[in-house]
Amino acid sequence: MKEYTFFPGCSSEHNASAANMENSIQSMCRILGIKLNEIDDWNCCSASIGYAGGGQLPRMAMSARNFALAQKQRGNADLVATCAACWLAMRETNERLEHEADVKGAINTALGEAGLSYDGHIRTRHFVEVLIEDIGWETLKSKVTKPLKGLKVAGYVGCQTNRPFGVCGDSFENPLYLDRMIEATGATAVPFPMKVACCGGALMFSETEKSCVLTKQILQSAVDNGAEVIITPCPVCQLNLEVYQGMINKNLGTNFNIPVLYYAQLFVLAWGGSWQDAALHQQVVAAEPLRRFA
Amino acid sequence: MAYDLSFAKEVYKKSEMGHWIKMCMQCGVCAGSCPLRAHWQHSPRQLFQMVRAGKKDEVLKSSDMWMCTSCYNCIARCPRNLPITHIIHGLARYAETQGKVDPKQPTRRFAVEVFWENIVATGRVGEAMLTMRLYFQDGIGAGIQRGLEMKDSALGMLKTRRLNPIPFRGKIKGYDGFKKMLAKAAELEVKLENKA
Ligand code: SF4
Ligand code: SF4
Ligand code: SF4
Ligand code: SF4
Repeated sequence: MKEYTFFPGCSSEHNASAANMENSIQSMCRILGIKLNEIDDWNCCSASIGYAGGGQLPRMAMSARNFALAQKQRGNADLVATCAACWLAMRETNERLEHEADVKGAINTALGEAGLSYDGHIRTRHFVEVLIEDIGWETLKSKVTKPLKGLKVAGYVGCQTNRPFGVCGDSFENPLYLDRMIEATGATAVPFPMKVACCGGALMFSETEKSCVLTKQILQSAVDNGAEVIITPCPVCQLNLEVYQGMINKNLGTNFNIPVLYYAQLFVLAWGGSWQDAALHQQVVAAEPLRRFA
Repeated sequence: MAYDLSFAKEVYKKSEMGHWIKMCMQCGVCAGSCPLRAHWQHSPRQLFQMVRAGKKDEVLKSSDMWMCTSCYNCIARCPRNLPITHIIHGLARYAETQGKVDPKQPTRRFAVEVFWENIVATGRVGEAMLTMRLYFQDGIGAGIQRGLEMKDSALGMLKTRRLNPIPFRGKIKGYDGFKKMLAKAAELEVKLENKA
């Protein structure tokens, strides 16, 4: 049993928008023997968009409070996030605390107001790094009992697991980890030129029409390359690509109806998990192309 | 247009990662990186030049920074390794603290009045409340209009248990300390200046 400290983030809470990611990742963990120990009483990481209301120190204090709680509750065990935005916010904060003594001092003064302190040394990792580096490709492949043979998948990496840090040394222009995950389940990764294009991120909320144009191009590229489903590691990408298809069809004259899933949902199904275990009942655009493997 | 030559110094000291602007060699690589570049009046390169030229109001009143999607394309490409995403966020934030931003700028309103206020109120994002406040920021009529446009998606999210039907969420247990921590951080923020 491998144990990690876990930061789920707001979108993975019960009844929240990435409940399908959370449920399928927990199923993966059960199969792999991973235990994710959730930080008790964590707060929001404030994501990238927190810059405008929060500035630097309040924004970093948000992640630092989670680090301090993690340290108090679980020592210096690796801290794992499943959301790309949470991982990035935490990692950026961690790097600044490590390299800028005055920032670390100020943050600890602020933490003191909450009766907490953080002295560094916790590694912040994304769950896909845990899968690739700690579990390994061989194990991920060896668990497959129901290969998703013939399923054509577009691996949409998006921005924030890819830039600026990247996953496991992949290139920014053509990261391969998601395609390798698709192939590990027995499915086929279609060529996908838009795999690292931006979907608009949080600007989908404020500049919906402009962001829909970006999302449309990504969906079009997946469909043009023969994909039956799209997979992604990021809850914001997932939401933008899945939930706005109706609006895009209406306003931009398209006819999309393509399921957008998390990599974890493919793995769980290929490893013999049920439709429910893979949280495939929680898709807004029904995952029909996967029925033949259920 | 007035030129304020102390503006560059101000940005170098007070705006997040602002001192990096000195290192920009004006190559223009970043200009092609922004996903919404069609809607930027000035590219990051041009904004940095304008900072150096002291065009204070032109920079701080610009809506350009608010078109940043935090895609990090620019950071990945800049030959001088400028943390462009953070410089742009910093300029947006600095403009906000200086009261220069059009209060109706949509991303400013979302980021400051909806998102940040939402997390500060309880410690976590309540997605249902976030959506409601976003939709109803222009009043009831506009809210219902937007709600109707997204009706099918919202119902889909409810049916698949990805949207909590109860918009009010409780506070985190350590909320009092959390609030005090944020207040202290905001107080120290004013004193934090860039070194280089
Ligand atoms: S991803 Fe967004 S909602 Fe989730 S914890 Fe981070 S900021 Fe909060
Ligand atoms: S692809 Fe979209 S949501 Fe995902 S990281 Fe990029 S902007 Fe954010
Ligand atoms: S890419 Fe870097 S050096 Fe080139 S113009 Fe942009 S910020 Fe300046
Ligand atoms: S992070 Fe912002 S500034 Fe940089 S390329 Fe993306 S949109 Fe442009």
